[in-house]
Amino acid sequence: MLKINQLHKSYPIGDSSLHVLKGIDLTVDEGEMVAIMGSSGSGKSTLLNIIGMLDEADEGEYILDGLPIKNLTEKKAAVYRNKFLGFIFQSFNLINYKTALENVALPLYYQGMKRKERLEKALFHLEKVGLANWSHHLPKELSGGQKQRVAIARALAANPKLLLADEPTGALDTKTSYDIMAFIQQLNDEGKTILMVTHEEDIANMCKRIVRLRDGVIMEDKKVEQVRAEQYV
Amino acid sequence: MFKFLFDRDTWQEVFDSLSKNKLRSALTMVGVWWGILLLIGLLGSARGLENSFNRLFGDFATNSVFFMGSTTSMPFKGFQEGRRVQLKIPDIKKVEENVEGIEFVVPRNMNLGTVNRNLLSGTFNVFGDFPTLDEVQKKKLIHGRFINQNDIDNRKKVAVISKNIYEQLFEKDEQAVGTRIEINNISYMVIGLFDVGNVNFGPSEDVHIPFTTFQQVYNQGDKIGFMMITGKPEYDITQIQKDTELILKNLNNVHPEDTRGFRSFNLGKEFGKITGFLTGMQFLTWFVGIATLIAGVFAIGNILLITVKERTKEIGVRRALGATPFEIKRQIVVEAVFLTLVAGILGIITGGWILILLDHFFGQGDDAAIVNASVSIGVVFIALIILVILGSLIGLIPAFKATSIKPIEALREE
Repeated sequence: MLKINQLHKSYPIGDSSLHVLKGIDLTVDEGEMVAIMGSSGSGKSTLLNIIGMLDEADEGEYILDGLPIKNLTEKKAAVYRNKFLGFIFQSFNLINYKTALENVALPLYYQGMKRKERLEKALFHLEKVGLANWSHHLPKELSGGQKQRVAIARALAANPKLLLADEPTGALDTKTSYDIMAFIQQLNDEGKTILMVTHEEDIANMCKRIVRLRDGVIMEDKKVEQVRAEQYV
Repeated sequence: MFKFLFDRDTWQEVFDSLSKNKLRSALTMVGVWWGILLLIGLLGSARGLENSFNRLFGDFATNSVFFMGSTTSMPFKGFQEGRRVQLKIPDIKKVEENVEGIEFVVPRNMNLGTVNRNLLSGTFNVFGDFPTLDEVQKKKLIHGRFINQNDIDNRKKVAVISKNIYEQLFEKDEQAVGTRIEINNISYMVIGLFDVGNVNFGPSEDVHIPFTTFQQVYNQGDKIGFMMITGKPEYDITQIQKDTELILKNLNNVHPEDTRGFRSFNLGKEFGKITGFLTGMQFLTWFVGIATLIAGVFAIGNILLITVKERTKEIGVRRALGATPFEIKRQIVVEAVFLTLVAGILGIITGGWILILLDHFFGQGDDAAIVNASVSIGVVFIALIILVILGSLIGLIPAFKATSIKPIEALREE
């Protein structure tokens, strides 16, 4: 599904440069649920951004679903992001003047899907996250948990191969966090490959595999016994 | 390529993002709205002024020139300088035959006369005229008729009088046509009453009598006081003036380079000054209007630039969800064009209202300062096209700004 070989990335800071990723090797198979952990500055977000094609590596190989991701034009990157990836952000990043339904339909709009078809499909995904009744509400009328559900529905709308979540529970209280995690686990049960960045141990333990980063290298990569979130809900 | 313009989604996106901040969108449009309002208002008023000038001068054949004899300043062919030059009837025919592009040559005579009626009297300018005068200088007849060929042939004692005389010598509401007046103790029948126009060149015209009658009564012989020449529309009146002057000098033994032998007054030239002024005013109007419009469009670009800055995160999200840079740029440009167009159309409508108001307050009656203030549909279309072009050009600036930020940086922004 995803194969990374000797990935390097550094950022220029003034005259010198900061070496953030120092040779990462990572392979993720289909259906896996991986937590990337590490203190701030460990390079976990940079790694996720590179995987999400929002950023480009300086060196190394990145193959997504058999497709080498290298020297993409902005346009091509946009098409790949739309086709292969679903993003879930810590701060939800819903467009605040669009209703829940329209937010979910947005990736489909950029696929060029017809309005009617797109809204039907978006409604189907909203139903799946249990928010069909809230489809015509604006983000400001929704609670934090509901917003993240809308964001998940949006990430799922284009039926991506890989879900990328950057601290998906970072802005939520514990109860809502477990609620969201239960849902993400359910998606994984259905076969979606999920990669998430978190720094919370309890959240990481709800994944099937934990990759720990420190100072730009992988310290530890282990499979764990998945803690089901439902039991806390 | 332009298929997206007919896509409901494009407009939904534009409408959503503009209606999200109604106040800002409205303020953005004020500049362009004001610019086009000024353009329409000024152009319409300029046109109204032009129309009113045209109405004032409409009675004159504007491609005409006056000639009268004067005193020579150079000796020629045995004549000494300081000789009085007198135009004569045969000169008319020579000028008509030899100068190219002449439409009419109208000889005229003028004298001061005492006009009596019953016990009232006054001193007025009396002109001896041919019927052709009416062709070059349309008389606004209120009653009766102008001099005709029959009057000329029979040297009739008839007079066409101005409203000015009528007001001094007649009672209010009295019928003038058909009554008799005395000019220098000779009785004339009043056959017409005319209104004087707003604009007059030369001495005021009070009484017209037949040219032949004038000749006889004042013992003029062949003499002509002055002549009015009108050129055919396709000929240059200044050239006609030169040609005529040369022929007249030749006929009257005046040195070709003598500048004093004849006096002439080129009405076309004077009229050209006024129309030149009007053209200048139109140019100024366009200049001011377009400049204001450009300033307005820049204001739109400026505010969109700020908007883009504010929407950095939204643009980042859209790009993460698969929007290509082109789609982002296109949306911002469409927003810019949409704003300019809506503002422009509103400006055209309010500009139209202003012209209606101007017409209502200043455009009524015969001596209105502004007549039929209006702009042509063509001008409106040109203005709209300019707006679309400027709008898209100015929209490109924020559009490129929006996509110059990498999506990752855009998303990181809090």
